[in-house]
Amino acid sequence: MIPFRLTREVLLAFALLVLLVLVATRFPGFVAPSNLAAVFNDTSALIILALGQFIVILTRCIDLSVAANLALTGMVCALLNTVAPDLPIVFTLGLALALGATLGAVNGFFVWKLDIPPIVVTLGTMVIFRGIIFLISDGQWVNAHEMSPRFTAFPRYEILGIPMLSWCAVLVIALVYVLVTRTSLGRSFFAVGGNPHAAVYTGIDVGRTQFLAFVISGTLAGLAGYLWVSRYAVAYVDIAGGFELDVVAACVIGGAAISGGAGSVFGIVLGALFLGVIKNALPVVDISPFWQLAISGSAIIIAVALNARSGRAKGRIILRKAEHAHEPV
Amino acid sequence: MSLSETALSPAATQRRDPRQIPDRLTTRGQRVLKSWEALLLLVGIAIFIANCFASPYFLSPWSLSDATFNFTEKAMIAFAMALLIISGEIDLSVAAIIALASTAMGAAATAGFGTPVLVGIGLGTGLLCGVFNGVLVTRLGLPSIVVTIGTMSLFRGLSYIVLGDGAYRGYPESFAFFGQGYVFWVVSFEFVLFAVLAVIFTVLLHKTNFGRAVFSIGNNATASLFSGVRVPRVKMMLFLLTGVMSGVAAICLTSRLGSTRPSIGLGMELEVVTMVVLGGVSILGGSGSIPGVVIAAFVLGLLTFGLGLLNVPGIVISIFTGALLIGVIALPRLIQKWRG
Repeated sequence: MIPFRLTREVLLAFALLVLLVLVATRFPGFVAPSNLAAVFNDTSALIILALGQFIVILTRCIDLSVAANLALTGMVCALLNTVAPDLPIVFTLGLALALGATLGAVNGFFVWKLDIPPIVVTLGTMVIFRGIIFLISDGQWVNAHEMSPRFTAFPRYEILGIPMLSWCAVLVIALVYVLVTRTSLGRSFFAVGGNPHAAVYTGIDVGRTQFLAFVISGTLAGLAGYLWVSRYAVAYVDIAGGFELDVVAACVIGGAAISGGAGSVFGIVLGALFLGVIKNALPVVDISPFWQLAISGSAIIIAVALNARSGRAKGRIILRKAEHAHEPV
Repeated sequence: MSLSETALSPAATQRRDPRQIPDRLTTRGQRVLKSWEALLLLVGIAIFIANCFASPYFLSPWSLSDATFNFTEKAMIAFAMALLIISGEIDLSVAAIIALASTAMGAAATAGFGTPVLVGIGLGTGLLCGVFNGVLVTRLGLPSIVVTIGTMSLFRGLSYIVLGDGAYRGYPESFAFFGQGYVFWVVSFEFVLFAVLAVIFTVLLHKTNFGRAVFSIGNNATASLFSGVRVPRVKMMLFLLTGVMSGVAAICLTSRLGSTRPSIGLGMELEVVTMVVLGGVSILGGSGSIPGVVIAAFVLGLLTFGLGLLNVPGIVISIFTGALLIGVIALPRLIQKWRG
């Protein structure tokens, strides 16, 4: 299993490399280290959200409310900043994490205690969160001049020449990696997604594990919410609209199986970077940004087709056609 | 696989297994089915009465007729989507199909084609998109939720490539009938189409072998295959049907708006899924009814229109929609829990 997973990630890394080389032939400056660092910085929010989504997908759930969670948390942080401009950033960060976790817990509660399918719950909370943003902000924007310098400086603060936003992404990658590969909770995520029935028999509370996955996803979305709003120095109802699909796309491209229990942190990061490079490269190589949507759509379809082909060899297939007919929604 | 998706929590074990196929509908089963639709109907009547009190403009024939436009196009897709979800699949690309079909029609209209050709192109584009989804899901065996998230970006992306930030406007005058025409007095063409399609889909799902196959696939695809149901073929037809219905909705919506932008119908797939789930269709597949979806369409349409009359902003209306979606599903389960 290990060498196989390695192959998939090597394949993805290779695809990323080919993509970079192709861009470099048209515009060599794109692969300069400083620009690559800028692309990573630009993709940080996607990486953070995708890692949260990855954990949720591992447990056979899906969280469509991440972008709305991000927007709501971001708006609350921005509003708090207009009321108390001199508040230390630690408090703002703490608020973002706590609020994000709470919103994630709401999703998790419905999935755990009421057994409502995750896609229904998060579809509902997605529009509810967006609506709440409108209610608390009165539909108004919070603009750059209303934010304190301290609030907007945090993601730009540089350590070793790399902005804090990127460091946050690196930290999240490290934490999620440890969580997923080195803790019993991480193992139970895989167990719940791989075979929920077997997980119950090994003493894992499936609902509770899924609840925790939603809380983690929500917490990361909350963190991304503050970072997003302070980086772009604006908060309004529709920020990151439709971003949840990019997040799911990054996971799928990164090799997470939508039926749960498969994927790796490294793969997800590569998947997110793949989308990030495409997004940043298109204007550089003089392709209209209007192509981006179609290209990422094609990338999802190709990635999932490749995933399914390599994944099929693993399982014991009794009846091939039935396997086809039986993909879970 | 089918076993592993149920009976995990206490709430699930108490519930009637949605995947069992009764060889004969029990009276208790019928009662359960009826109570869902009765509950929904009750909610609908409550909203209707609240609307009457809330706004003096609500109870006029023209205003009620306007209210129907809130749900007719979405409901047309919801009928096909209900069948798809009952069979255990989902299509999140429907709104993107609308965008692509509308773009294709706009391009044809700009090239000077007449209304019949435009209708053909709208339906044809929907059909092709359905084929594309269907082939990926049934031939390559990919999970439909991921495939259609991908094709959702792809189809709308194609529309963006063609149109960019531009728009098509030059539709022939006769084309306006589909979205703006009235059959008699206040009864719009769209509403008549909606009613006819509701009857057709009710018969298709509840009175034909095909409909029975859809239910059996949703309950247990493997067992259906062993019982001689051509599972991939039925699923393929359901994707085609959903594609074509999206094409129909594209014709109505484009005709009503009189213009095409790539962002047309953005986010509509979620409203359609909401309508289907609110109508009592199990998102896990295997159960549901078209009359339920029809009532859900009215409930959502009346709610949206009533709140709109009260000058509630659209985004706030969506809070009600979202709460309704979760609430209507959570409520019976909560009651069941309290009863033990």
